[in-house]
Amino acid sequence: MNSYEALVHSGFDGKPDVRDPKTLAWLIRRNGLEMTHISRGSHIGSVLSVAEIIAVLYTSVLNVDPKNPKKPDRDRLILSKGHAGSAVYAALAETGFFPVEQLKTHYANGSILSGHVSHKGVPGVEVSTGALGHGLGIGVGMALGAKMDGATWRTYVVLGDGECDEGSVWESALQAAQYRLGRLIAVVDYNHMQSLTTVENTLRLEPFEQKWKDFGWNAESVDGHDTDALKAAFERAQANAGTGKPSVILAHTIKGKGVSFMENNILWHYRTPQGEEYDAALKELEAQRP
Amino acid sequence: MRDAFARVLEEEMEQNKRIVLITGDLGFGVLRAIHRRFPDRLINAGIAEQGMVSMAAGLAATGRTVLVYSIGNFPTLRPLEQIRNDCVYHGADVKIVCVGGGFVYGSLGMSHHATEDMAIMRAIPEMICYTPGDPAETEAVTRDMLWRKGTCYLRLGRGGEPAVHAGPVRGWAFPKAITLRGGKDIAILSAGGILTQAVDAADRLAAKGISAQVVSFPCLKPLDTETVLELLRSFRIIMTVEEHTVIGGFGGAICEIAAETGSGCRVKRIGLEDCFTTVVGDRQYLREIYGMDGEAIAAKAEALLNE
Repeated sequence: MNSYEALVHSGFDGKPDVRDPKTLAWLIRRNGLEMTHISRGSHIGSVLSVAEIIAVLYTSVLNVDPKNPKKPDRDRLILSKGHAGSAVYAALAETGFFPVEQLKTHYANGSILSGHVSHKGVPGVEVSTGALGHGLGIGVGMALGAKMDGATWRTYVVLGDGECDEGSVWESALQAAQYRLGRLIAVVDYNHMQSLTTVENTLRLEPFEQKWKDFGWNAESVDGHDTDALKAAFERAQANAGTGKPSVILAHTIKGKGVSFMENNILWHYRTPQGEEYDAALKELEAQRP
Repeated sequence: MRDAFARVLEEEMEQNKRIVLITGDLGFGVLRAIHRRFPDRLINAGIAEQGMVSMAAGLAATGRTVLVYSIGNFPTLRPLEQIRNDCVYHGADVKIVCVGGGFVYGSLGMSHHATEDMAIMRAIPEMICYTPGDPAETEAVTRDMLWRKGTCYLRLGRGGEPAVHAGPVRGWAFPKAITLRGGKDIAILSAGGILTQAVDAADRLAAKGISAQVVSFPCLKPLDTETVLELLRSFRIIMTVEEHTVIGGFGGAICEIAAETGSGCRVKRIGLEDCFTTVVGDRQYLREIYGMDGEAIAAKAEALLNE
């Protein structure tokens, strides 16, 4: 069978165990590489950095059901850094929201899987993003709505670090604290790089954790590639609901994680993996197969 | 207009518990009664319009009708991308309410003159735009808006405007234009609070024996094209008036239809030419300065008829 699914699942003994965060993170990277390769698309560096964050959310944190993606009490996830959309598409497809085979249409003419994450026709995606600085505000509204309804579901928002240049992020941060949205949990994919150069050389965010605390949030920093540490951080954030403070997890990550020549290399924000570079990246990922 | 809006909103909030109002830290006097009656459903977003509109989209996603209230350009231009992406694209049931369309805050200066909002809001796909001309029209469109799903823009004047309609506008059918008086020589079409000047111009023309039809368009988008086509067939000259730039707003919308149908009817747009306001003054003063008061409209009509 020459299908896309057979290609990305080759080497697994039967179907991969997508309930395991490390396996799902690997599949996000594997699909991310394949999708950006087929589509000649961008943002592989961000997909590789956010892989464990998305994997832990879908395996260990979110109350969502691929058979009933609109169930009213589901947790809401907003990928505010919409350019890492292929990571979410991969997680949704691998966990059964839609066929893995559909991932090969990413970026393609007539496809619904746009480069920046889209909700139109894609089960499991709550919100379309792509313009930065929108997701946290939408999450504030959802969390506020849930609070007004006395509902217990949570809202999760995945932000980029470069995205935190946007003033709107900080408007929403103030609003979330003001409305005491204890069930709002943000996680920043803190890979320390943005489009042109490092965060440090663009608009410095440090002391970043303290900034969030000063804005009235619970904040903690973790290794964003350590699935156990991420899971524990999410559990602590969930337990914080009673404090009335929203929580943010600063997940320290490496842009391009898992492919040595992409790691911390700004080139791979936009560059598409082709030819020998694709082959080399694939070889490195295959060596990490769980 | 804003008082009519607040009154209808209060009534509808009583009926529909899922209506929520977010203010951008404005409307102290206007919203006081609503705040007193429904403290849990009036949210102050602070002076943070981008966060406010994104929040509105998120709240709407929890099954609510969410109104966003601010003045002048603040609820439109500042959070434009949030309106386009977060609200309209998601089909969010969010109503953007602007108090102070046009020169309402004339003395406060250019920042407070909302003179491009209609063009910009109209250009967003699927956006519904209401432009009531007086308190009675405001009441009719506010009721319509609160029962209509999807993202809408409501452009209001301020409090205390004169009534143009003698009584309530009963049985208004979205998105119909309203003919205030019949005429045979020229038609004056109006969108928004400038309606008083259209009527004043018609009075002045009548005194000179010129019969002007006056038509108000409380809904800019979708436009009542049926009525527009009928007017284009019936008149040799049509004038559009708006307290807004002549580029891309109400006059622009009418011209699009006129040009595409090749009606042969001439359309003259009255509004702010391609310039910023650089003097201040009260609303009526600025209408006079920028050539859109009743006298200027009547003079232009007469000149056009004599050409």
